[in-house]
Amino acid sequence: MRYLQSYFNELWKFFVSVKLSISLLLSLAATSIIGTVIPQNKNPAEYVKAFGDFFYRLFDVFDFFDMYQSWWFQMLIILLLINIIVCSIDRLSKTWKITFVKNPKFNVSRFRTLSNKEEFIKDGAPEQLKSIYETIVSKGFGYSRTEDTEKGFCIFAEKWRWTRLGVYVVHLSIILLLIGAVIGSNFGFDGFVNIPEGKGVKSVRISNSAETHPLDFEIRCDDFNVTFYESGAPKEFRSSLTILENSKPVLQKNIIVNDPLRYKGINIFQSSYGPLPPEEVTLKFTIKESGISYVKKLLIGQQISIPEGLGTFVLKGFTKSAAFRGHAIGESFIGVIEPANGKSNEIMLPLRFPSFDDMRKGDVLVSVEGYKEKYYTGLQVTKDPGVWVVYAGFIFMIIGCFITFFISHQRICVEAVKSGNKTKVMIAGTSNKNKLGMESVIARIIKRLNR
Amino acid sequence: MNSSNLLSIITFVYGLAAFLYIASLVFKRSLPGKLASVVLLTGAIGNAAGIILRWQESYKLGIGHAPLSNLYESLVFFALTIAVFYLIIERKYKNRIIGSFIAPLAFLTMAYASLSPNISDQIQPLLPALKSNWLIAHVIACFIGYSAFALAFGISLVYLIKQNRKEDSDSILGRLPSVNVLNELNYQLIMFGFLFLTVGIITGAVWANSAWGRYWGWDPKETWSLITWFVYATLLHARMMRGWDGKRIAYLSIVGFMAVLFTYFGVNYLPGLHSYGSQ
Repeated sequence: MRYLQSYFNELWKFFVSVKLSISLLLSLAATSIIGTVIPQNKNPAEYVKAFGDFFYRLFDVFDFFDMYQSWWFQMLIILLLINIIVCSIDRLSKTWKITFVKNPKFNVSRFRTLSNKEEFIKDGAPEQLKSIYETIVSKGFGYSRTEDTEKGFCIFAEKWRWTRLGVYVVHLSIILLLIGAVIGSNFGFDGFVNIPEGKGVKSVRISNSAETHPLDFEIRCDDFNVTFYESGAPKEFRSSLTILENSKPVLQKNIIVNDPLRYKGINIFQSSYGPLPPEEVTLKFTIKESGISYVKKLLIGQQISIPEGLGTFVLKGFTKSAAFRGHAIGESFIGVIEPANGKSNEIMLPLRFPSFDDMRKGDVLVSVEGYKEKYYTGLQVTKDPGVWVVYAGFIFMIIGCFITFFISHQRICVEAVKSGNKTKVMIAGTSNKNKLGMESVIARIIKRLNR
Repeated sequence: MNSSNLLSIITFVYGLAAFLYIASLVFKRSLPGKLASVVLLTGAIGNAAGIILRWQESYKLGIGHAPLSNLYESLVFFALTIAVFYLIIERKYKNRIIGSFIAPLAFLTMAYASLSPNISDQIQPLLPALKSNWLIAHVIACFIGYSAFALAFGISLVYLIKQNRKEDSDSILGRLPSVNVLNELNYQLIMFGFLFLTVGIITGAVWANSAWGRYWGWDPKETWSLITWFVYATLLHARMMRGWDGKRIAYLSIVGFMAVLFTYFGVNYLPGLHSYGSQ
């Protein structure tokens, strides 16, 4: 038991030290650099290519490719957390007693030794000044007390004693941030999904893993639109989404970047988009002999008969990068013409060159009149029940930092001593931080007292 | 005259102010110093006017947005905050000597923005990810923090120079504020900067959560801002709890500002989401 006690004391002593805090903060700062230099969570093949086999293995042992989730980085954070908690508990009991004292103790002789002490002589006896001085001093301070002395009086006043607790608010905020992060990583998920226009999904892929996460509702993308600036940079991308429960629509919203859809604690963000191969094309068939053009709408895979009895045409598909005799001709539809008599012929209908089919010198010229562009929308789908704890931490941190840095516990003492038929007045003050600020506080009070 | 022209002129105004501050320090005359303050103030007013003008121009182009959306605009705003902060400190501490170290920072920032061939001063339309009310709060908070750290950096340099020499009231060094004042000022500025860096990181996190669905993603810029935060947190703990003073604090302040610079510029060379800041 005794052994355990001393063991605990040693442990406490280790965690209560500010040296540990400083070492941990600097270690976190230094090690965090690694993950900004080595791209995180990439394909192993890319790493091997970039670093070679030996360094790939070495880095992999230390989890450098996913370092912020690695055991040693998380351990540093946990050590810092314990350090913060232990330091706070250790000092809080003392601070608490100082903060919530009923009758604060003042010691005149201590104030007399302060370097910011100011003195002046005022006409009249101390008794005449007492009540006036009391009102002046108590105005700017939350607490004030007057004590009579042998040859006069002493006014003690103070304010903002509670700001001594500010630093614990900051520490609490860090604890809240970490709790929020733990809640988020255990009960939330971060996934993404690409949905083609008109389609719906019931599950999403989890980022940086091969897992999928099922949703208990369906997300359908009814429509997607992208607009561009004149420079060609994207201006806005917008998805019209519908949430369906048991195949019944329950919610409809257009989302853009920075304006997500939220449903049942799950957030759906517009993240990216991309083109899909078109499924429908309008083709023009120009018959050489009659010179008449016929316009037809076709779906991929559809077969139609060519006008004027010239056979059939099948729309085979679409390719992003077609090549013709070794030349890249870009996006093209591919079809097969089967003439009424003769051999069937595969033809390419590149979007860039409308009269490409002319080269074939057939009795019908096929060209692309137009096609419907299709997109898929890239959605980020996340759930983070810890986010409100994190936000509370954010608010506490800002308030705590402000109090800790800029509001100080100020104590002043005004001493009046009878000196002949006049009064000698001494004023001095202390504050737990911002000593320069205290000097200006004293200067302001003197102005009022010495009027 | 458009905003880019005006801001190019401001570069030279800042340059003149820097020159005058240094002249006042070297020749031990107060006249150039007084002139320097007026010139710097003129520069700051022109700088602010340039930002407002640019804001209006963007609306005339039909792509109206606050001029805080790319590297050029952020540098221009950075220069303004440095100049304004310095002028406030000059008034409060009634000492122009520090100006010789700070005014050149404002000048260099503006010169880099106006003259670097890699930085475009064109008003560009806003990318979808930047269309958010958080943009203004996030950028302003970050740059107020950065400039406080920049000033603390300048003061730390002055501190180290002065610390290493003997006191001599007649020399240039003798007319610098006392080591204690420098030390205190350094500390005050760092607290101020730390609060605004914290607000900047937090507004960024809230924004990221509304744009990408996560408040923290270990993106290089995010990570570097956190590294900066760790460095200054170390400094504050060392000073508040261990009573570190003077030299060691000044060195930490310099390291902190290096981290700020890397967060601002260096990260552009790393892959990540904050690419808008690089052009």
